[in-house]
Amino acid sequence: MTKTSSENALKKDPTRRDFLLLTAGAVGTVGAAYFAWPFIDSMNPAADILAQSTVDVDLAPIPEGQAITVVWRGKPIFVRHRTAAEIQEAEKTPLSDLIDPEPDKERVKKDHTPWLIVVGICTHLGCIPTGNTPTQNRGKYGGWLCPCHGSLYDTSGRVRRGPAPLNLVIPPYTFLTDTTIRIGMGEGEA
Amino acid sequence: MKIFTNLREWIDYRLPVFTFIDRELTKYPTPKNLNYLWNFGSLAGITLMVMIISGIFLAMHYDPAADKAFDSVEYIMRNVNYGWFMRYLHANGASMFFIVVYIHMFRGLYYGSYKAPRELLWMLGVVILILMMATAFMGYVLPWGQMSYWGATVITNLFSVFPFGDAIVEWLWGGFSVDSPTLNRFFVLHYLFPFLIIAVVGLHLIALHQHGSNNPVGIECKEPTDKIPFHPYYTVKDLFGLGVFALIWSYFIFFNPNFFGEPDNYIPANPLVTPPHIVPEWYFLPFYAILRSIPNKLFGVIAMFGAVLVLFFLPWLDRSKVRSATFRPIFKWVFWTFVVDCLILGYVGGHSPDYIYEATGISNQFLGQITTFYYFSFFFIMLPLLGMYEKPLPLPASISQVKHPKKRKRFFVLFFLSSLSPLLGNDTPSLSYQTWSFQGPFGTFDRKDLQQGFQIYKEVCAACHGLKHLRFRDLAALGYTPEEIKAIAAEYKIATVNDEGDAIERPALPTDTFPGPYKNEQAARAANNGALPPDLSLITKARVGGPDYVYALLTEYESAPPKDVEVAKGMHYNPVFPGGQIAMIPPLIDGLVTYDNGEKPSLNQMAKDVVTFLAWTAEPELETRKSMGYKVLIYFLVFTILMYFVMKLIWRRVK
Ligand code: FES
Repeated sequence: MTKTSSENALKKDPTRRDFLLLTAGAVGTVGAAYFAWPFIDSMNPAADILAQSTVDVDLAPIPEGQAITVVWRGKPIFVRHRTAAEIQEAEKTPLSDLIDPEPDKERVKKDHTPWLIVVGICTHLGCIPTGNTPTQNRGKYGGWLCPCHGSLYDTSGRVRRGPAPLNLVIPPYTFLTDTTIRIGMGEGEA
Repeated sequence: MKIFTNLREWIDYRLPVFTFIDRELTKYPTPKNLNYLWNFGSLAGITLMVMIISGIFLAMHYDPAADKAFDSVEYIMRNVNYGWFMRYLHANGASMFFIVVYIHMFRGLYYGSYKAPRELLWMLGVVILILMMATAFMGYVLPWGQMSYWGATVITNLFSVFPFGDAIVEWLWGGFSVDSPTLNRFFVLHYLFPFLIIAVVGLHLIALHQHGSNNPVGIECKEPTDKIPFHPYYTVKDLFGLGVFALIWSYFIFFNPNFFGEPDNYIPANPLVTPPHIVPEWYFLPFYAILRSIPNKLFGVIAMFGAVLVLFFLPWLDRSKVRSATFRPIFKWVFWTFVVDCLILGYVGGHSPDYIYEATGISNQFLGQITTFYYFSFFFIMLPLLGMYEKPLPLPASISQVKHPKKRKRFFVLFFLSSLSPLLGNDTPSLSYQTWSFQGPFGTFDRKDLQQGFQIYKEVCAACHGLKHLRFRDLAALGYTPEEIKAIAAEYKIATVNDEGDAIERPALPTDTFPGPYKNEQAARAANNGALPPDLSLITKARVGGPDYVYALLTEYESAPPKDVEVAKGMHYNPVFPGGQIAMIPPLIDGLVTYDNGEKPSLNQMAKDVVTFLAWTAEPELETRKSMGYKVLIYFLVFTILMYFVMKLIWRRVK
């Protein structure tokens, strides 16, 4: 074959050859990566789903000690009206007792401490904990109980017994008035 | 490094993939004299992969139900991230695929690549072509526009000529007409067939590698120096070809995405109205012409299928022992006449049979008959006779002894360009063309025109026309702030159900689509003298002439129709509208609205603004598309130039 003569020809000018081959290789690789991106990104939530609106919740009809479930972005949101005892319970729990230490006052809005708003999805593997309606078992810590693998949550939505590793997530929300909240919109956003 | 070599050997001993790659891709001995026409095989393979990838991602968003399909395609275009890119890539990809495959086949024909021992290689290729045609046809049905629907109806009805035809057709449809079940199965089969194509491509490649590629000289390589390893010589050459091909494909995706499409396919399927001109996609036009040329239903259908099936017999119809047309002085001419014949057939298929060519006075129907006759006589008369009587030129002793004439490449460039010609000659109505801010490769929408156009839509058009594919939040592109959009949305009411189950209305939110002016089609027709005001979301894409047509329609009403025209009650005379009579009253008059700056616009100004707005509603992606297009074109330009130099560098070694 033509191998020996060709190698001689190329050896004359190794730097230029290497440079050209490397550049071509780099350009090709970058291009392939960019070509992949639109397809990967197409699987992300579409523009209309991303822009999906906020949910306004009227708190007035929820009696003390009870909770409701509203749907925001396809997820259940627990809105719970805590009793004074429950608040106290949550506040006095020492942080050292917690799996995911977080004081209660960081999980509620100032001046609105009776209202606990959490995403009702167990942080273990995504089941919906029970305890949001009066007939359901709230577990040993008075919050929620996950039926899947037995995680327990307290009245601040903090995990008290695993396997769940983290506290229930707090969605972005704001108090529009004293009795209405808007979920999906953080404090100070338009 | 040692560990990799060991691992490689461990695997290869058990599963010889590396040996296989080395033998079939790297070392694979290939004739050293292949010209650029041999690029089209690999281009076809790459196109197939790109079509499958883009198709899979599109299928993740597409909804194959008759009442959802059209809207889901628009959803992809407007909401899915890069959805417009994937769809235009896929839709134009079908055309690109056929261009590449047709050139690949004509190359095979010219150089006799189907002759012994490559008959099965060729026949597998024909199987791929037939599968491609079926796939392309079913894919075209999926957007569920008017062309999709009526194309599906006409093509499936072809089967009615066979014995038990009606039963076959109903079986294909899953009903008594093309409907949801048809669409659903077409979607499934459209998804399945490409994988069958991959399988046949695999066989095609096995057959190819058995005896290796043919070459422009058409004689087997006898000396070892006649062949070079596939890698790096042909890998880099294929990459260079890919660069050029990608430039052309990208041009269509980003700057002329609907070039190969029909405006009618942006009108949702309507089983009660057939569009006035139904034409198949350009790659079927020659076969469509053959179908129509024969004035008998049964024989027309047989001829059309025959025109494809005859390709299976090509290796035996061509009796000449010499492969390459380079050494066949008469065949060379017969071949080019055949190419031209196919192009004319394509042209004939794109026009109505009654069309008369002014210059010659012959009808399209007659031209179709001559060219159909030539098409078949090429296979059944010319090829067998040439094999017996043609005296070929003396063949060289080896492929190294030939100087390849250069001019053939130019022929093929010409062929490529002219293969697009059927599209250029369409009978477009004569419209006066306006200059639009958004036209041309650099055009962007004028924001002021857009806002004023939206105002006209809101104050005038919205009384009768919906804009259902548009969401209020899309108005951000017009320069409105979120508060302004919220306020605009709140002016509209959306029907919904409250917690007690009662039907109520709530103010629209920015995430809602524009509610239509009527509750349903019946209400719309009742309010408009039986006519249905079309939704305007896609209007400039759905009419031949696009924005110029809509502009002309709005501005060229005539209060006094010509004497010979009787205008029906409740209708208005408008020479631009097909048929001249339109139910819509002249919607715009001078000074009908007042713009924010206090201006009272003229009729022409208003028409211009509202058409600009409607062009935006039809193609909200236009600006992103063009700016992304420039980046892509520049990238592929750099890629192509680089590959060209790498190719030159590597090919220096080949004597
Ligand atoms: S998902 Fe809740 S405990 Fe496992």
